[in-house]
Amino acid sequence: MSVPKLAVWKLASCDGCQLTLLDCEDELLSVAAKVEIAYFLEASSFKGRGPYDLSLIEGSVTTEEDLHRVQHIRRVSKHVVTIGACATAGGIQALRNFADVREFISVVYARPDYIATLEHSTPVSAHVAVDFELRGCPIDKRQLLEVLSAFLAGRRPVIPEESVCVECKERGNPCVMVAHGTPCLGPVTQAGCGALCPAFNRGCFGCFGPLRSANAATLAGLPGVTRTFSDFQEAR
Amino acid sequence: MTLEMTPIPYRVRSRRADRAESVTLTLEPAEGLCPTFEPGQFTMIYAPGVGEIPISISGRGRFGGYVQTIRAAGAVSRALCRIEAGDLVGVRGPYGTPFDMGASAGMDVIVAAGGLGLAPLRPVIRELAAHPGRYGRLTLLVGARTPSGVLYPRELARWARHFDIRVTVDRPDDKWQGPVGLITHLVDQIAIGPRRTYAYVCGPEIMMRATADALVRRGVPAGRIALSLERNMKCGLGHCGHCQLGPLFTCVDGPVVTYDHAAPLLEVPQL
Amino acid sequence: MDKQPNPVLLDALDPLITALRIGGFRVVGPTVRDGVIRFAELSSAAESPTGWTDAQEPGRYRLRQEGELVFGYAASPDSAKRYTHPPRTTLFRWDKGPIEPEIDAPPTALIGLRACDLAALAVQDRVLGGSAAYRARRAALFLVAVDCATPSAVCFCTSMGTGPKAEAGFDLALTELSEPHRFLARAGSERGAEILAALPHRASAPADLAAAADVTRTATARMEPRRFELDGVKEQVAAARTSPVWEEIASRCLTCANCTIVCPTCFCTTVEDGTDLSDGAAERVERWDSCFTFGFTELGGEPVRASGAARYRQWLSHKFSTWVDQFGEYGCVGCGRCVTWCPAGIDLVEELERLR
Repeated sequence: MSVPKLAVWKLASCDGCQLTLLDCEDELLSVAAKVEIAYFLEASSFKGRGPYDLSLIEGSVTTEEDLHRVQHIRRVSKHVVTIGACATAGGIQALRNFADVREFISVVYARPDYIATLEHSTPVSAHVAVDFELRGCPIDKRQLLEVLSAFLAGRRPVIPEESVCVECKERGNPCVMVAHGTPCLGPVTQAGCGALCPAFNRGCFGCFGPLRSANAATLAGLPGVTRTFSDFQEAR
Repeated sequence: MTLEMTPIPYRVRSRRADRAESVTLTLEPAEGLCPTFEPGQFTMIYAPGVGEIPISISGRGRFGGYVQTIRAAGAVSRALCRIEAGDLVGVRGPYGTPFDMGASAGMDVIVAAGGLGLAPLRPVIRELAAHPGRYGRLTLLVGARTPSGVLYPRELARWARHFDIRVTVDRPDDKWQGPVGLITHLVDQIAIGPRRTYAYVCGPEIMMRATADALVRRGVPAGRIALSLERNMKCGLGHCGHCQLGPLFTCVDGPVVTYDHAAPLLEVPQL
Repeated sequence: MDKQPNPVLLDALDPLITALRIGGFRVVGPTVRDGVIRFAELSSAAESPTGWTDAQEPGRYRLRQEGELVFGYAASPDSAKRYTHPPRTTLFRWDKGPIEPEIDAPPTALIGLRACDLAALAVQDRVLGGSAAYRARRAALFLVAVDCATPSAVCFCTSMGTGPKAEAGFDLALTELSEPHRFLARAGSERGAEILAALPHRASAPADLAAAADVTRTATARMEPRRFELDGVKEQVAAARTSPVWEEIASRCLTCANCTIVCPTCFCTTVEDGTDLSDGAAERVERWDSCFTFGFTELGGEPVRASGAARYRQWLSHKFSTWVDQFGEYGCVGCGRCVTWCPAGIDLVEELERLR
């Protein structure tokens, strides 16, 4: 069997998720031994030719060019996995979806006429079929390695669809909401980070996106939770 | 020491791709003998590194191994379907309650199978066919989505010596000349002596309920209709909690239960 | 034990901790950490939460300094479950066959368990007794119970018939008494009696026994406002399967699974399979799961219990109804952890009453 070819692509994003792959350090050698990293501009300017067995895509679709690129990536890739909140859900830049992007451009840029962008920031899955969506802002290193291992072994990645609370309790943290009154999005957020923030006595702010079947309305109605988030709004 | 959650290595003695988009494996322990099993029981089969799923035992192979039929549906079953003769898998079990073969002695027996539901009923059918004098009239009703979705076609032909066999499909092809539609229609067509009938039913839950209801309407007592339930199972030991259906741990109190126990539970949505 | 010797008085805990450590146990007991009183490994009694107490109510837990008691608090967020049924264990690795790890069951002395915790261990014994790993971890425990003097506002062990006094299932049991501060200690096993005999102790007087009885009487009285009638609850909950109350509860329930994870009897687990990236060896891990997670009942790609109402119904019905069918006893011991640690403050005692 030939060595599987891996490609890592970037659309509109901060690079943090790709960086997670480089951050793997020790495990990166194992990855490099199992796959040919054919296209990964953040690591190497070498551009290996497709087709690729596995493409990881970071970032959301925000320009015409992105649109064409995701189509191309899909065509030259056997499996497509999106990594991170931008590629999976549209990212922070999807805030534009709730307002008029042209107004933003006119306020932010000195020469708005230089800017060519789409009205909306959209996840990759809005345009092409995606084989797996890995959540997180940024993604979690363990989960990325699990996704890579799973695709190499031809199995489904073990990425539990459970609340942050499950990981938080597993780790032995006391609930920051109940014990300290700290507002926390953990109960409505998908696990994956290992309950990083609550482990340091901070509330979860939802990097891994909504829990499937989350009851966000109830959480927002709890005393303290809406108040804190609205204080945050006002302070801004 | 082998702990109760540790699979035992079994070798794939033979592998047959079925017409019905399923694969039938014969599995033998890498060392030692296969434990005995009763019709209706299942094992947990482990595809190394991928996962473990419950698969019913369909019989014994020529050299004593378990014959088990798997359809590729999820990640684990897909991996098991890809497995080749000679490969190693892990097996735990057999587990679960069996079809009670003594309960139907002296009675007319109806076996009703929907799709892959014929797999756990195969040892029931073979047991009935092996002792024709012990039972009354034998009827086998089979429902499948398509004609090619009917499991064990060659054996069906052999079983016809002992059974009145009727097969119905949802989507016929050009060559199909048999009945089309639900298996419950077959129940309505056959002669049933309600006081001397026992039924073994296996298939998708909706098919089992419809079939059992049809049999009850024909006067067969719910306590003489045995079904094989399916729920998410992780352990087979009543330890993981996943397979609960009301008071039942489906893995140890089932999978085989009689309809008088199952009906009040199955009629509650999302129980 | 054939004969119950008279309880004796201990003036301090340190000799006990030292004796247990010398006896080869790691000693785990309560300590103040991260704003809660929780179990941790202790090297001396100085680490115990002397003078701290907790205030608990649905969805709220706060510590404050009050009094002189070492055990003057109610249920901790953690229970003995972490030691008998750990959150994550490796079941085996597989390289052309299984390679089983040694069962990790270090001899552990748990200090400060309440009667509800002991009851929960007895429940777990019946559920998980078939697991060799569970039995090994259970057998490695030395249990030092404390009669509960300070139940919280969410406790209801008297309703479940499990407390507040530790009656059985311990090696040693203590009643903490004040003015002067002392512990009345009794043994519940041969090895408990041996340890106790070796500790510096004094004979107890009838007044000590009367003071201990007072502790239990006061604790019982504190739970009186919350007492409910257990008789009939099994049948009533089973009969409420199609009640609209489940939907109403689901509108408040976050399905976050906190209740099940803090519950000392909830035992559900899942398994995770993986392959090592470097050597390709397979591994299977068992970890805590919950009937509140979306995929818990997945069958053919869809969950059987898709709605929050169905999931809450499963949890509460299991505790108070189907557990009795399965094991001949309730799955709830009345510790109140699920009430305190529910971020939405859902009180199962209140919900139970609405369902009857």
